[in-house]
Amino acid sequence: MAADLRTRLGHIELPNPILTASGCAGSGRELAQFFDVSKIGAIVTKSVMLAPRAGRPSPRMAETPSGMLNSIGLQGPGVDAFLQRDLPWLLSRGARAVVSIAGGTVEEYAELAGRLSDAAGVTAIEVNISCPNVEHRGQVFACDPGAAAAVIEAVRGRARYDIPVFAKLSPDVTDIVGIARACVSAGADGLSMINTLLGMSIDPDTMRPALAGLTGGLSGPAIRPIAVRCVWQVREAFPDVPIIGMGGVRTGQDALELILAGASMVGVGTTIFHDPSACVRILRELDEELAQRGVERLSDVVGLAHEPRAAARRKRAGTVL
Amino acid sequence: MEAGPVQVRGTVLTVRRIDAYYAMTVVAPGVAARFRPGQFVAVAVGGPDTSMLLRRAFSIHDVRPDHGGTVEFIFAARGRGTRWLAQCRARDVLDVTGPLGRPFPVPRDPVSCLLIGGGYGSAPLFPLAARLRERRCSVDFLLGAATGDRVFGALTARRTGRTATVTTEDGSLGNRGIVTDMLSQVIHEARTDVIYACGPMPMLRQVTALASRYEIPVQALVEESMACGIGVCMTCVLPVAGSDGITRMVRSCVDGPVFRGQQVRWDDIGTIPFDAFGAPGWEPRPRQRAAQASNAAGPGGPAAASAQAGDGQSRRPPGRAGHGS
Repeated sequence: MAADLRTRLGHIELPNPILTASGCAGSGRELAQFFDVSKIGAIVTKSVMLAPRAGRPSPRMAETPSGMLNSIGLQGPGVDAFLQRDLPWLLSRGARAVVSIAGGTVEEYAELAGRLSDAAGVTAIEVNISCPNVEHRGQVFACDPGAAAAVIEAVRGRARYDIPVFAKLSPDVTDIVGIARACVSAGADGLSMINTLLGMSIDPDTMRPALAGLTGGLSGPAIRPIAVRCVWQVREAFPDVPIIGMGGVRTGQDALELILAGASMVGVGTTIFHDPSACVRILRELDEELAQRGVERLSDVVGLAHEPRAAARRKRAGTVL
Repeated sequence: MEAGPVQVRGTVLTVRRIDAYYAMTVVAPGVAARFRPGQFVAVAVGGPDTSMLLRRAFSIHDVRPDHGGTVEFIFAARGRGTRWLAQCRARDVLDVTGPLGRPFPVPRDPVSCLLIGGGYGSAPLFPLAARLRERRCSVDFLLGAATGDRVFGALTARRTGRTATVTTEDGSLGNRGIVTDMLSQVIHEARTDVIYACGPMPMLRQVTALASRYEIPVQALVEESMACGIGVCMTCVLPVAGSDGITRMVRSCVDGPVFRGQQVRWDDIGTIPFDAFGAPGWEPRPRQRAAQASNAAGPGGPAAASAQAGDGQSRRPPGRAGHGS
């Protein structure tokens, strides 16, 4: 019947592997109108920055085939308001809070890690390194192994020892394994992937870019094969590093695909805009998918796609997988 | 959160053509029961395996108790999503969330209300009119569109309003021109205390500008494009000045869609005003810092940046600004 869905976020055990993807669930409050936020593995918050931020001008989004482009620009009230209002609210609901942080300098990331460590109740920190480095001509941290490592090292150094630090990787790189290696060497307890891909859309009526910010992040089912590829490659290189897989997950079967590629947790993002109760639905569907295949423990199938011989052996033994 | 929105699988009852628009009625019990005028639904389009991920938001035009509760909304089949909706038939099933957003505030006293609609923006004004009449307010309509077939609800307005004025740009129905051409005259004749308006942004901006000249408060329902409708995607923001004087980028889905017209910075829509909360280089002044701290500590309400702006405006009864009697 129901499979054992427990999984590990670093040393912390989660009841199940379904998380929200950062930026698609606010701080959980809005989604709580549609489902019990304590029922999923964790709420990954919208990226928190030190100072309040107004974001980019509108229009901020454009629909694309099986996806969307967004250029929100990390609008948010800043870490003070987050710690005062959002985090206590999440905890009061019994939700596990994975706090995504974003910054423009290494020091800003480190300071955020420190602030979050001083507050009680942060389950883990996810470091959104897909931000322009203001001290380095705006080059995105996630696109340079050295810069990515510097951020992770600073965050790991400042975060309390028992708070796992996950680095969120961008797929817009030539060698994602290289960036993953840099982050793991710098002390990341795990990796999240993938962030959005940079895209653009032009409105044929106005004959101008559809987004005020010109370019935007592409998300949704359109990018799922890229997510599967990234998770696969990184798992192949670092089989022991926990991965939160995300990118276009819409159904329990999609979640299973990322799990088979090597993710031990799965983030649900853009699909939430389409279906606000998607997280609990996908959790239920994943449970059913595992049950149909006779899988008793989620951990048995994490990264299973990498082991063709093992799978074949089980098949011979009569277990349908 | 008993008054919050629900997500339902709603069966389509009817899809009717009304002039240039479509009216769709869907059985959506929880939505109908919670509805207050000004609120909207967000509808998933394209069926279960759709490539269109974003919900389409529509103001609710009518709710009825039959079949356990139905909602009706009006739309123009302009894009791929709305064309798909237009070809839906009775008994098709739609995923509907609602009712969403803050409703129109209604005055406590029996005042003179002018309801202004541009195109099918007039749709949410009819349930509002019914509510206002319950409060013994008088209701005048001013409806406009480019052509006569795009004026939504002119007949109902004539039947139910104390007066109904219609303008079309081509003169095919009512007076030739746009609504703001007639606004001063209507305000004088109706002795308007409060204006409720819904339509394109330029219309709302002009209505607000004119009404401000007469010091008449405006409640404007904005039609910003949205991805989710529930406040998580942050795409539908616009600059609104809060009662503390600070401009914030607030979400039209949860902090609106109804705003006090005088607080919306219409000319700055599509930009981040330099003095907006959190704009590049923005620094809190000492006074703002204090306001920010006290607001952030306040209970309830959506995300900090927006709750403050929202609180001051959409809940305030419009008749209160000293224009009654």
